[in-house]
Amino acid sequence: MGNLLEIKNLHASVEGKAVLKGINLEVKAGEVHAIMGPNGSGKSTLSKVIAGHPGYEVTEGSILYEINFQMKDLLALSPDERAKEGVFLAFQYPVEIPGVSNFEFLRAAFNSVCKHHGTPEMDEPSFREFLRKKMEIVNMKEDFIERAVNTGFSGGEKKRNEILQMAVLSPRLAVLDETDSGLDIDALRVVADGVNRLRSKDNAIILITHYQRLLDYIAPDYVHVLAGGRIIETGDKTLALKLEERGYDWLLQN
Amino acid sequence: MSSDRNAAIGLDTNYKYGFVTEIETETVPRGLNEDIIRMISSKKNEPEWMLEYRLKAYRHWLTMTEPTWAHVKYDPIDFQDIIYFSAPKKKGEGPKSLEDLDPELLRTFERLGIPLAEQKRISGVAVDAVFDSVSIATTHQEELKKYGVVFCSISEAMHTHPELVKKYLGSVVPYTDNFYAALNAAVFSDGSFVYVPKGVRCPIDLSTYFRINASETGQFERTLIIADEGSFVNYLEGCTAPQRDENQLHAAVVELIALDDAEIKYSTVQNWYTGDKEGKGGIYNFVTKRGKCQGRNSKISWTQIESGSAITWKYPSCILLGDGSQGAFYSVALTHDYMQADTGTKMIHIGKNTKSTIISKGISTGYSRNTYRGLVKIMPSATGARNYSQCDSMLVGDKCTADTVPYIEVKNETAVVEHEATTSRISEDQLFYLESRGLDREAAISMLVNGFCKDVFKQLPLEFSVEAVKLIEMKLENSVG
Repeated sequence: MGNLLEIKNLHASVEGKAVLKGINLEVKAGEVHAIMGPNGSGKSTLSKVIAGHPGYEVTEGSILYEINFQMKDLLALSPDERAKEGVFLAFQYPVEIPGVSNFEFLRAAFNSVCKHHGTPEMDEPSFREFLRKKMEIVNMKEDFIERAVNTGFSGGEKKRNEILQMAVLSPRLAVLDETDSGLDIDALRVVADGVNRLRSKDNAIILITHYQRLLDYIAPDYVHVLAGGRIIETGDKTLALKLEERGYDWLLQN
Repeated sequence: MSSDRNAAIGLDTNYKYGFVTEIETETVPRGLNEDIIRMISSKKNEPEWMLEYRLKAYRHWLTMTEPTWAHVKYDPIDFQDIIYFSAPKKKGEGPKSLEDLDPELLRTFERLGIPLAEQKRISGVAVDAVFDSVSIATTHQEELKKYGVVFCSISEAMHTHPELVKKYLGSVVPYTDNFYAALNAAVFSDGSFVYVPKGVRCPIDLSTYFRINASETGQFERTLIIADEGSFVNYLEGCTAPQRDENQLHAAVVELIALDDAEIKYSTVQNWYTGDKEGKGGIYNFVTKRGKCQGRNSKISWTQIESGSAITWKYPSCILLGDGSQGAFYSVALTHDYMQADTGTKMIHIGKNTKSTIISKGISTGYSRNTYRGLVKIMPSATGARNYSQCDSMLVGDKCTADTVPYIEVKNETAVVEHEATTSRISEDQLFYLESRGLDREAAISMLVNGFCKDVFKQLPLEFSVEAVKLIEMKLENSVG
């Protein structure tokens, strides 16, 4: 099987400051990649660049993404076009949208993707039914439907909402930016369980995390260490255990 | 049915109202003096006391000067260059009936989405159709009569209910109130009159549709609504005008009176022509709207969606006189291109335990200016008064401005007054969040704005609220790009 995502020599900066300094990464459908690394290494920047945040400038390199069996220039697409093609970012800090209910937000997003692919949009009753089933995956309470997006949500609810959105949109490439941070062990289990249920041979997941504990629940195929804007080490899940035990220093000294 | 109802207040997604009706009219000569006022009064066949009232107002107006404190800019208006009365020519002298109307007028209102003919009219809402200076038809009168509800043009009410008109006209907005109120009292043409008797819940919504057609003509609407003890009425108002390069003046006065335990809900969707992309033309909407909660536990609420007019100067207010009375003001004001809006409310607490709520949402785009101006005044007598105000402004783009000018005067120490205000530029983080879920920029902006206005939209009757959302979306689509 070919690659779903190919990142080549990616350099990116924020407000003129270079953060990514030559990232290379290939991801195939069906794979789960964990990206770990110390604070400020560029993990979140990488996720924002993949999703197309306008505040991040790509200064060199490319990101190719498979659309209709062809590798296309992902950077040429606007954020909403990327989403419609199946790229999803679970935000580290999900944004509050006051006055907009989760229901109308999720339905608008879902239908926008359907429209793009020429599949029928869902009316309110069928979407309500569809959403209920997805809500079970992350254990969301009924009243969630009418609440405003992320407004007044606890940290755990916000993170579960990200996974719910992922379940609704069924992306081909999901980037989870520190979805585990700030979660207690029960919430972590719910989130990890949700991710595992959405994992399939057709989609790929990039997990950005500080902690090995998430990887106890979601077993990655690869673990990468990002430091100073470059991937300095790649291994299997045992690398994460090693990092847990020894920290990052032994790698940085090389 | 809902789309019919929405058309009844001028809610539609494109400004397809910009057309002109070719019709024979009778007008008075250009300019303003006592003879013109006598002429207007006689054309309307008014009682002598009405003419006297107009002349007093006119003489007072001459002593006044135009207000200049609002945050709006425009060239001085030449009040001698306006035609103060224009009405479609009547065929006969007989009583007003649809048969007497020029078929062109019926076609005009049909095109605006408001069929007036008996067999076609919209169910569930009675419409008073005002064309330039006169009311041409009021539907559902028979049905309303069964409940004792009076809904007709104010010109008609002067003859049929002179005691009520005499008693209440000018009782809430006296002609001495302000420059435009005085002008309106002198030259007002038509508008609606509503009386809901004791204990009656008006069985259908009442609505007035104001249409400006003639050029160089001002429209001076006058509306008077009286809700007697324990009654309830839901009133809706819509307005449109042709697209023209010159500015036209609309100076209305609306007075509401609620007696003991009565409730009036007044909703406006203002969609006058705004002028073109360069700010040429459009309506000057200089309006005085005020309600008096005269009785104990009476309630008045104003809900307005202000999305039209080149300039808006409008402060729908409540005088909370009766003990335990409640006033509310819910407003969405959207300005785009070169529009200017200075709008807000006044809540005057006089009675004990009176309550008021103000929710104002201003959205500015393009080069527009959008000001919220509000007054909350607690008089010494208003023991236990409470007010809650929330005034939020949202800026879309970086060429527009938003100002919030709240005045608070508290003269009774038991009062509780809360004021919250925010001004924000539309947030890039929110936009990116929505975009990253597959919504394009336009859809994302529109979703954010609708969320921002939610607290006001939910005050509108359901179908109107759905259409108000569409109207705002359409306006944003044309102005954000």
